[in-house]
Amino acid sequence: MQLRRCGTNAVLVEVDSLGEVEAVRAAVEAAELPGVVELVPAARTVLVVTEPGTLPAVRKILATADLAHRPRTVSDEVVIPVRYDGPDLDLVAETAGLTTAEVVDLHAGATYQVAFCGFAPGFAYLTGLPEPLHQPRLDSPRTKVPAGSVAIAGEYTAAYPRATPGGWRLIGRTDAPLFDPRRPTPALLTPGHRVRFEATR
Amino acid sequence: MTPPRESYAQNARVLPPERESRTLRARESNVQDPRVQHSRTLTVLRTGPQTLIQDLGRPGNAHLGVPPSGALDVPSFELANRLVGNPEDAAALEVLLGGLSLRANASCTVAVTGPSTPVLVNGVLRDSPLHLTPDDTLTLGTPEGGLRSYVAVSGGITVPADLGSRSTDLLSGLGPAPLQPDDELPLGDPTGVPVGVDVLVPVQVPDELVVPVFLGPRDDWFDNPERQLREGRWTVSDRSNRVGIRLTGTALDRVPCRVGQELPSEGLITGAVQVPADGRPVVFLADHPTTGGYPVIGVVPEYVLPLLGQAPPGTRLRFTPQA
Repeated sequence: MQLRRCGTNAVLVEVDSLGEVEAVRAAVEAAELPGVVELVPAARTVLVVTEPGTLPAVRKILATADLAHRPRTVSDEVVIPVRYDGPDLDLVAETAGLTTAEVVDLHAGATYQVAFCGFAPGFAYLTGLPEPLHQPRLDSPRTKVPAGSVAIAGEYTAAYPRATPGGWRLIGRTDAPLFDPRRPTPALLTPGHRVRFEATR
Repeated sequence: MTPPRESYAQNARVLPPERESRTLRARESNVQDPRVQHSRTLTVLRTGPQTLIQDLGRPGNAHLGVPPSGALDVPSFELANRLVGNPEDAAALEVLLGGLSLRANASCTVAVTGPSTPVLVNGVLRDSPLHLTPDDTLTLGTPEGGLRSYVAVSGGITVPADLGSRSTDLLSGLGPAPLQPDDELPLGDPTGVPVGVDVLVPVQVPDELVVPVFLGPRDDWFDNPERQLREGRWTVSDRSNRVGIRLTGTALDRVPCRVGQELPSEGLITGAVQVPADGRPVVFLADHPTTGGYPVIGVVPEYVLPLLGQAPPGTRLRFTPQA
């Protein structure tokens, strides 16, 4: 773990894996320090932004955090119903050397975890994608990916909370309410959540 | 000065029926808050280049991919609210380069802060804070020495909040849309006594900004970052906006082993000085993306951000790296 300075009231914690990112995030969150303003996990880092005077307490927690010990997720599992009829489903099957039915079984059969959010409000990067589905982005990104699209890219899968440009391979659609800024809990998926996809007709 | 006494009931009136107003989610807000009277509104006549509703934003949601947003010049924003007797976090207007014109549909106290900006009521130049009665028209001229004026109105602007904030976030699209002519802005009930004031000191951005910067978190991607930052000279680009100040001028060089490399996206803080592949730094402001993949060479302190948010294109800028 390396602590990188980020102005006077923030620290960027750099680690070696997504698992360690989740361990750091969970350790800081569990401490419930009142002065922590933002806690932002990403692929290999966790950004901790604090009120003035809180950084020493954060450093103390980080010094004792056990990176090898991934915290148990306390959240319930979120199940996202998906119609697997995305425009890139055939391409994904071809790339993986599978039938489309096997792709659906693989994607819907795995359990995922929200590693981090970014790109757009409520856009969650989910890890746990089965190896055959680790596939590159499209050569040329779409200018508009419809809201609710379920997609894969690299080691991640995700569902688009709203229409945005995007280069991920689209395998399905969901009507799940992914993000609503007026809800008490605006994002359906937040870092640490466990997630499953369920094939619907 | 003695703040004018506000009396709303006797001034309550119904909007002329022939006037088509695009009520800015006002109906929803009235449903949510029965205290808001229909008449207690402002009507937007003209917006100038850009007028946005802002408050102190929605920090604490970066892990959901939600930028902090909020007023760029927080001291001017909070001062405007204090001057009209609002809590400092009440929603007000952030007016880019003046040109805003409003009609009051109820009595209200208004304060205009930020750079020196002509304020006219019914075409007559006035000093702010001031009192409007129904049918008065408030117009802002062009600010001098800065970009953004703040217009606070007693009671605050009470459009519905997204994630606890009424700020318009131009990056993610959260919050109310930028104002348009004929928008009707619902006002809350005044909650406090306006702060008396004789003279307001306007914001004045100097010709050259000297900006402290703390190195890190990715200063090790750059060849002698301290010297490059100290010796470089920049100008605020006209491509700057609420997302960030883009700079033209010195290109910052990476260390040879980092040239052409990419960084896995990582969390960004307001004030981060990010260096894209072309080497020209961007200083992130309130509507910045929550994560980014270009290295951040340093972070400017929070107290510089209000001035950066006021810096017109063409303002010269240099950095003073801090130990």
